[in-house]
Amino acid sequence: MTKKTSLSSKLYTALVFIFLYAPIAVLILFSFNSGKSTSVFEGFSLYWYKELFNDAATLDAFKNSMIVAVASSIIATVMGTAAATAIFGYKNKLLKSSIMTVTNIPMMNPEIVTGISMMLLFVFVGSLFGKTGTLGFGTLIIAHTTFELPYVILNVLPKLRQTDPHLSEAAQDLGCTPFQAFFKVVLPAIMPGIISGLMMAFTLSVDDFIISYFVSGTSSQTLPIRIFSMTKRRVTPDMYALSTLIFLAILVLLVVSNLVSAHGDKKLSKKGGAKK
Amino acid sequence: MNQKSSLMTKLSGSPYIVWAVLFIIVPLCMVAYYAFTDKTGAFTIDNMAQISKYADTFILSIWLGLLATVICLVIAYPLAYIMASKGPEKQSTMTMLIMLPMWMNFLLRTYSWMTILEDNGLLTSALNSVVDFINNTAGLSLDPVHLINTRGAVVVGMVYNFLPYMILPIYTVMLKSDRSLVEAAQDLGGNRLDVFRNVTLPLSVPGIVSGFTMVFVPSVSTFYISQKLGGTGTILIGDIIETQFQTANNFNLGASLSFVLMILIFICLAVMNRFSDDDGGVII
Amino acid sequence: MMKRIMCIIASLLVIASCLCPVAMAQPEKDYSHLKGTTINVYNWGEYISDGSEGSLDVNKEFEKRYGITVNYTNFESNENMYNKLISGGANYDVVIPSDYMIAKLAEEGLLAELDYENIPNHKYILDKYKGLYFDPDNKYCVPYTVGMVGLIYNTKMVDGTPDSWSIMWDERYAGKILIFNNPRDTFGIAQFLLGQSINTTDLKDWDAAIEKLKEQNPLVASYVMDEIFGKMENNEAAIAAYYAGDFLTMHDVNPDLAFCYPKEGVNFFVDAMCIPKNAQNKEAAELYINFMCEEEIAVANANYICYATPHALVLESDDYDLKGDPILYPDEANTPPTEIFENLDYETQQYMSMLWNELKIEGNSNIDAYVGLSASVVLVVVYMIYKFIKKKKREAYY
Repeated sequence: MTKKTSLSSKLYTALVFIFLYAPIAVLILFSFNSGKSTSVFEGFSLYWYKELFNDAATLDAFKNSMIVAVASSIIATVMGTAAATAIFGYKNKLLKSSIMTVTNIPMMNPEIVTGISMMLLFVFVGSLFGKTGTLGFGTLIIAHTTFELPYVILNVLPKLRQTDPHLSEAAQDLGCTPFQAFFKVVLPAIMPGIISGLMMAFTLSVDDFIISYFVSGTSSQTLPIRIFSMTKRRVTPDMYALSTLIFLAILVLLVVSNLVSAHGDKKLSKKGGAKK
Repeated sequence: MNQKSSLMTKLSGSPYIVWAVLFIIVPLCMVAYYAFTDKTGAFTIDNMAQISKYADTFILSIWLGLLATVICLVIAYPLAYIMASKGPEKQSTMTMLIMLPMWMNFLLRTYSWMTILEDNGLLTSALNSVVDFINNTAGLSLDPVHLINTRGAVVVGMVYNFLPYMILPIYTVMLKSDRSLVEAAQDLGGNRLDVFRNVTLPLSVPGIVSGFTMVFVPSVSTFYISQKLGGTGTILIGDIIETQFQTANNFNLGASLSFVLMILIFICLAVMNRFSDDDGGVII
Repeated sequence: MMKRIMCIIASLLVIASCLCPVAMAQPEKDYSHLKGTTINVYNWGEYISDGSEGSLDVNKEFEKRYGITVNYTNFESNENMYNKLISGGANYDVVIPSDYMIAKLAEEGLLAELDYENIPNHKYILDKYKGLYFDPDNKYCVPYTVGMVGLIYNTKMVDGTPDSWSIMWDERYAGKILIFNNPRDTFGIAQFLLGQSINTTDLKDWDAAIEKLKEQNPLVASYVMDEIFGKMENNEAAIAAYYAGDFLTMHDVNPDLAFCYPKEGVNFFVDAMCIPKNAQNKEAAELYINFMCEEEIAVANANYICYATPHALVLESDDYDLKGDPILYPDEANTPPTEIFENLDYETQQYMSMLWNELKIEGNSNIDAYVGLSASVVLVVVYMIYKFIKKKKREAYY
């Protein structure tokens, strides 16, 4: 009985993963195409990988993406962590719930509406000052920070709930200033939440297309926008080559971090066992 | 001392509050402002009056979004269940494998589906050779398969792109829920179906709700997927909004469409949340 | 010894005499103060020689020569460009719109007057493309390319040799027809077929045209602009209306494609370089426009883009691959009747964009959506009632 179910569950899992990976397999396959097409495979070659490093516009867009992602995720993490501590500390229930509602808006709202609302604001403010060309790196970073903030806050808040509130008081009783108490006691305790928030913010920023599409200007094309304008005409396989490289980099990173953490867990459990 | 620390917490929240007001609340007010004004900035309800013309588009978008969400749920639930019952090492590998595709650019993944579904694409030509085979052997005359530029293709695109957002929340909730509850129910003599219906399913409702939100909202408002896979028959509300802002130069109409879209989505989510509240009440 | 010196002097003289006229003709202005600045160039997709497949990378060449960074972005239609330009979100220094859009921009005061002193190469543009209706006094633009719209079809998928726009209404090719994703070009086809002027301001004409297009809508695979390249090259579509120059590009990849100018008439267009009023770096923009009109650069672009050129030197150049191409430069007998787009008045424009929206959302049956959605609503309501009754029963029980 169990064997049968496990076989069918294995089959099912396999099917879902085939579905998830089929387009990616196609993408990787065509990155090695010797021809120009992304739908007719003509032969194996590394031509497009070479071409990628000559494609200044794409590399530039990649660089822009990285700048925006790093800047916005750091701002969002710092501001979000501070906000989470504050929200956690608020005694006023109404204030707390209204802040949480506002925080949820960017997550619930369709991205297209968020993007449009931001663009309208920037253009409107620009026109108030009689300025054109308001859209650029600045607006891109503001918009990215805004949609990343809720994710940071929602990653940090649960960790704050898990930490013992008396810890901070104890530290203060022992002579720490509230400031020191926060940095020495609370911060290390919520660090895992902060890091996962940062990672999430970074990922969301790199992958975001819709919001960037509306708020980016002339000199701040990110990689997704570059890809979009390419899919409007013809996607050359060097784009596929780039994503294959990104894909492999992430794969390696994930595998290594998985191995390290698995290894660490084993060590930890061994240590624990020895102590017992 | 205590006052000092509470002052600090208050202060640490203030940048965020200012930010949230400036970049979350004010922009939404801007959408409302544009929705109810014309090009010169004078108040008008013309844009809103025009919305009725797009009723069909709204209905189509919500329908396809709903369909995609339900299909995602049907695919994701068993997988999440299977995942949650695996050993920890397998679990982390599978989570990783589900998250990995999200790192590939969403546009390229959709574009790659185009390559698969095209008339000369990989899947279509494979299916068509099967059709030919059947036609030749059985003497039938089935029509060749046509996948691209149909609503089905759009739904496939949505399901594909947003499936991980359904799997992960359900899986997380299942993982957190207490296994001993299931065991207790089994000990009390429930058969597998009973246990599933009365224990496992209600416990996973919060995951379903958040998965529903995370799939439904982007599906309803998408424009890229329908542009690439939908052809002329599947113009969604996202396409119309995008056109107003990118080519038709009618910000006011675009804003009023976005405004209505936002309200519709919040209504849908409110209905969905009612479900979870009800069930939650029953469990507790 | 003497002989040798004489020889050197003589050869120097020869070199000098060779160099002088060139130097005289083009007194190289000093542009060093522009070094390190940036210009934003906004152009159509696939509309510049970009270095792929061994072609000349024009933008890189410009950057190398003058030390000015070129920030090059693409738009996909005139309307798309106009929208970006007036939304005020971004500043551009050089844009390359088509005729009617130039007229519109000029009328709305969005274009800067060019200083032709800085664009001496303007003299190479053929006179017949100067002073056209959209810029009668030669103030705002320098023509970049010219061309006509035509019908592209796949000989393997289409029977016979079409010569009329009516083939785009042929049901045999349902789902295999591509049409422009911009209102002017699409309406233009219906209007030629109906024998109207493409610049008609009679709203009844537009009504007739939209009826014609709605009739066609179910047969059309999708509304495309440059996505057409991939679709025609890979035999995904059989028939499409597009610009003649782009056909040559596609034909290189897929030799099964063929082209014709339909007998009803086609649109003739001129795309020209302009500088928007709010340009931040006008001097560099003029330098760029002048650079684009240099013979070598213009030849590279003409070879790459495959559109007909308004540049006199290119037409005579031996390096020009498409010299006398019968599609780009048809002789009189083979030239179809043409009409150029004019800028429509505001009311007609509004009416047209309303119809265009209508075309996109109508003509499709949404029965599946109605049925499906009402079924799900019924399901939800039934479920809620069921829950409610159960709850009541339970309460009664307790």
